[in-house]
Amino acid sequence: MSVLEALRVAWGGLTANRLRSGLTMLGILIGVGAVILLVAVGNGTSERVQQQIESLGSNLLVVYPAATTSNGVSQGFASGSTLTMADVQALQNRQNAPNVVAAVPTTGGRAQLTYGDLNWASSLTGTTQDFPQVRDYQLAEGQFFTQAQVQGDAKVAVLGATVAQELFPTGQDPIGQTVYINRQAFQVIGVFAAKGTSGLGNQDDFVAVPITTAWAYLLGGGQTNVQEIFVEASSAAAIQAAQAEITETLLETHHISDPAQADFQVLNQAQILSTASQTTQTLTVLLGAIAAISLVVGGIGIMNIMLVTVTERTREIGIRKAIGARRRDVLLQFLIESMFLSAVGGVLGIVVGGLAALELPNLVTGLTTLVSGPSVLLAFGVSVGIGLFFGIYPANRAARLNPIEALRYE
Amino acid sequence: MIISLQRVTKVYRMGEVEVHALRGIDLEVEEGEFVAVVGASGSGKSTLMNILGCLDVPTTGRYLLQGIDVADLDDDQLAVVRNRLIGFVFQSFNLIPRATALHNVEMPLIYGGQRRERRDRALAALEVVGLADRAQHLPSELSGGQQQRVAIARALINDPAIVLADEPTGNLDSESSAEIMQVFTELNREGRTVILITHEADIAAYARRVVRMRDGLIVGDERLAVTPGSEERWR
Repeated sequence: MSVLEALRVAWGGLTANRLRSGLTMLGILIGVGAVILLVAVGNGTSERVQQQIESLGSNLLVVYPAATTSNGVSQGFASGSTLTMADVQALQNRQNAPNVVAAVPTTGGRAQLTYGDLNWASSLTGTTQDFPQVRDYQLAEGQFFTQAQVQGDAKVAVLGATVAQELFPTGQDPIGQTVYINRQAFQVIGVFAAKGTSGLGNQDDFVAVPITTAWAYLLGGGQTNVQEIFVEASSAAAIQAAQAEITETLLETHHISDPAQADFQVLNQAQILSTASQTTQTLTVLLGAIAAISLVVGGIGIMNIMLVTVTERTREIGIRKAIGARRRDVLLQFLIESMFLSAVGGVLGIVVGGLAALELPNLVTGLTTLVSGPSVLLAFGVSVGIGLFFGIYPANRAARLNPIEALRYE
Repeated sequence: MIISLQRVTKVYRMGEVEVHALRGIDLEVEEGEFVAVVGASGSGKSTLMNILGCLDVPTTGRYLLQGIDVADLDDDQLAVVRNRLIGFVFQSFNLIPRATALHNVEMPLIYGGQRRERRDRALAALEVVGLADRAQHLPSELSGGQQQRVAIARALINDPAIVLADEPTGNLDSESSAEIMQVFTELNREGRTVILITHEADIAAYARRVVRMRDGLIVGDERLAVTPGSEERWR
């Protein structure tokens, strides 16, 4: 019997019980759809993180405090508070670090902004005058604060594009207006041009104030902690030299002789990227594994229904054997049925999962999805494989039936 | 010699009990014979039918079908023998319910690997049993007699060496029974070897040779004179 004939027979078998075939397919559909969707979420996230890191700025290096340990337990990435303004000044000294163009400290927290009766929760970035240059932000209106304003704890603020939109929705000019940040009055002196929401967080949803002002009025407790230092190297070729200079300078200012004991870490974009992509890959694998479980459940559903089908069609199998069907003919018939169920379920699952992946970012803000070609091919291959794997046992059972007993079966 | 059984026995195991269904059968059937195997239920005639039809193999003894010793064949080879040499007609018709009459008839050709003229040959076989106009009907849309005629067409499609009919009229009313038996008589008249299993003397009377079985043994083997009017008794 040719494969075409077997397909025809299998089709007849499947259409004889449409509801059941449909429900069985649904199991695979959901499994494949979940794999496609969740892997798309994982891929989308990792793509966004990558874009975000790339858009941090050009020739950028970031200095983080080292992870602290408390009672021998690591408190996690950059959990220490070892960086100070003195470090920033040391890095800006051309004699220490000739390959460094600029270094900006940042510190941050939550910011509750109000203007008139409008309210917006955003994040606060305390920094210095070189921030737009190093982090590659343009100003849409007004200007950024000056060195004098940083030194004078000036209560001035530069709004991110999203914040400006939320507080000034009618299009009035924010420049010169007074907004309240955590109940402190600030004068708006500039608005950033939008960078786009290409990161894990919205890069336009923040408000920048002089770091000294943040310390004095917004973060409380009179602390003067620097969370990160962004450093711009003079060129892409100078990044490695700059990284070495930064390390050397900071070891000196922190009075540490052994580099292994450093209480800070200097990462370039490639290193940040690889750290982040490790995390997002883990996320993708985890999401995919959860979805794969439902695919296996779908496969068991196929096996279950094929066993029922084989039992129901015992007599038919007996008839076919009596008129000359060999074992492989019967085997092929039932294998094709189960593979057909899983393959069609798989294709529908790819369509449904793909559509859901396209639609999901519209429903959940801040989420991007990316359906990758290999994941589609893999999902289809796996679903057909599942049909084969879970179909073999029932089909084999059918093929081994004794024709006499099968003919007698009622 | 188309069929030759030599000291054939068949023993089944039913749990702890051994059932001796056949206790040593010797039987020879020539080409073109019309043989009825009769006997009460439990006489072993169904077991004999299964062995003759290559659905089962003897426990001991030899069964030569057209000179082939079936004891040497594995499952798949037996399937090929059933496909090529044997046409089955069952008491309960055994048509595939989802397939049309035409598709049921051409099924042995599918398993036989025939690709060409399948449809034409199946239609021709339906023509022989007078059902060419019902080719596209499902079994459920046909009467019992018509279903059995479809089954006969299916049995004939591969031009088998023997037609094996197991109580072919057991589920039919007397009128349909007579029609079916006439089809067999006609086939035999054209030279086809027909072996009929029945427990009804009236049906056995259509055959030209009656083999009687009891307790797994052949207890009688008589050749009947041709009685052209035998089917008249059914009218």
